[in-house]
Amino acid sequence: MKVLFALSESWAGIRSNVSMVISIILVTFISLSFVGIAALLQLQINEMKNYWYDRAQVAVYMCTDVSPAAACPTGEASEAEIAAVDAQLTSTVLAPYIDQYYFETHEQAYEKFSEEFADSTVASYVTPEQLNEAFWVNLTNPEQSAIITESFSGAAGVEQVRDQRGYLDSIFSFLNAGSITAAAVAGVMLASALLLISTTIRLSAFSRRREIAIMRLVGASNFSIRFPFVLEGVIAATLGAVLSAIAVYAAVELLVQDFLAVRLPFTSFVGAQQALTVVPWLILGGVILSALASSVAIRRYLKV
Amino acid sequence: MITIQQAVKTYKGSDEPALKSVSLQVERGEFVFLVGASGSGKSTLMRMVLREDVPTTGSIHVLGEDLINLASRRVPIFRRRLGVVFQDFRLLPQKNVYENVAYSSKVIGKPRAFIETAVPDVLSLVGLSEKAKRMPSELSGGEQQRVALARAIVNKPDILLADEPTGNLDPKTSGEIMDLLQRINLGGTTVLMATHDRGIVDRLQKRVIELKNGEIVRDAAAAGYRDVNTGELPKSEEF
Ligand SMILES: Nc1ncnc2c1ncn2[C@@H]1O[C@H](COP(=O)(O)OP(=O)(O)O)[C@@H](O)[C@H]1O
Ligand SMILES: [Mg+2]
Repeated sequence: MKVLFALSESWAGIRSNVSMVISIILVTFISLSFVGIAALLQLQINEMKNYWYDRAQVAVYMCTDVSPAAACPTGEASEAEIAAVDAQLTSTVLAPYIDQYYFETHEQAYEKFSEEFADSTVASYVTPEQLNEAFWVNLTNPEQSAIITESFSGAAGVEQVRDQRGYLDSIFSFLNAGSITAAAVAGVMLASALLLISTTIRLSAFSRRREIAIMRLVGASNFSIRFPFVLEGVIAATLGAVLSAIAVYAAVELLVQDFLAVRLPFTSFVGAQQALTVVPWLILGGVILSALASSVAIRRYLKV
Repeated sequence: MITIQQAVKTYKGSDEPALKSVSLQVERGEFVFLVGASGSGKSTLMRMVLREDVPTTGSIHVLGEDLINLASRRVPIFRRRLGVVFQDFRLLPQKNVYENVAYSSKVIGKPRAFIETAVPDVLSLVGLSEKAKRMPSELSGGEQQRVALARAIVNKPDILLADEPTGNLDPKTSGEIMDLLQRINLGGTTVLMATHDRGIVDRLQKRVIELKNGEIVRDAAAAGYRDVNTGELPKSEEF
């Protein structure tokens, strides 16, 4: 059958069914937008992980005189205890996991502290001795911080081992929860989009039952009987998918890049590049899902 | 052309079969009337020939195809070699005369060049060249049936099935339709027509197959509705 003929049949179906077709467009638009949001939140998490995990370090804090007695019964860490930690960090057991590390003295810690709190009076109450000496460790694989934590927790002269990633993980789990919520909404909306497509296709087939009966009588192939209906669903859903693609791209450009990224300059955000990787999948997904939904619907409705 | 052997058709949910062991053979170029009271199984038999349904038992071969074992994806290709008209015309109300006829060619993917010559040809054969742009609602019953006939024969079928084509028409218009059917038959198309219009059957003196309660009770060449040899009226509830 000629493609133009199939297209003109689909167009007739769309015209006779305008309000249903508009609702397919809207529901696909909303559901695929949520899919896009869920995907972009995941990409944002990745983006932040890449940015921060490279910078995140594990700190081995040595005891000071003011450390709690439970961790530091002998007070300020001795030269020997510091040397022992240093030796363990260079040992053959740990060395393969460590990219680099350095030791921070009381004075260096105080300098950093004073810089950070330059505008505040806190600095004047703090003396260098109260701030921990520390080993700052960069791991080759930031995921493996447990190895450092286990090696030094409870070691003599060590007050605490802290993975900076711990701070980030709470942000990530927040973003992840957002992403899962968006995915759940997307799932429900997609289910209703599929049902709506299949109902619309059946209505459309019902309103054209005369044509279908005649097509059968004159020997139109099953494919050419069904194809205009499938095309009708696919055209409507594709329009919705294109709208969602535009919405997702606009959200990234206007909300994230022009607003958030300007106000929070110290982190990295998803941008046009990530939006452009998501958008084709939204359109492709819309086309494939609607093609499946409408061909199943029409196949079950029109047994030839 | 058409060979049916001991075909039985029992519809789902009914105990009495609509066809009880029907056997018949129709050769190329024949004109056959299928007569009988309503409910005697004429339409059921037509539906079997068109492969809209298959016999419960028995066999049916049409145009060399074994219809019981015909794969469903081959059914459309088989149907392209048949034309069919009904009592109720079945035209598409939103398409004009030309489009209605062209539709059956377009649907099976005939090339535009074929359509542009075949449709006017067939419209002039049925005498509707002048009314090609009219909508079905603007036509008389006889004219609508002529459009339906044009649509049935535009793809040059080997067999034309006509299920009570004159059932909704007055005698004069019925006569015109019968003239057309005969011309189509003279062109080589096998015609199988179900009817209970006694006048038509008597006048044309073609082969008559009479059904009664799903059984063939008479199969006579060059006969009338009434059996010319015995003068006996067919036992039909309708007359
Ligand atoms: N689709 C169907 N389902 C069940 N019974 C049917 C169906 N079509 C026809 N019948 C029955 O089969 C018998 C023959 O009907 P039909 O072939 O339409 O007769 P005719 O065309 O001679 O009037 C009738 O008793 C009718 O009620
Ligand atoms: Mg009938």
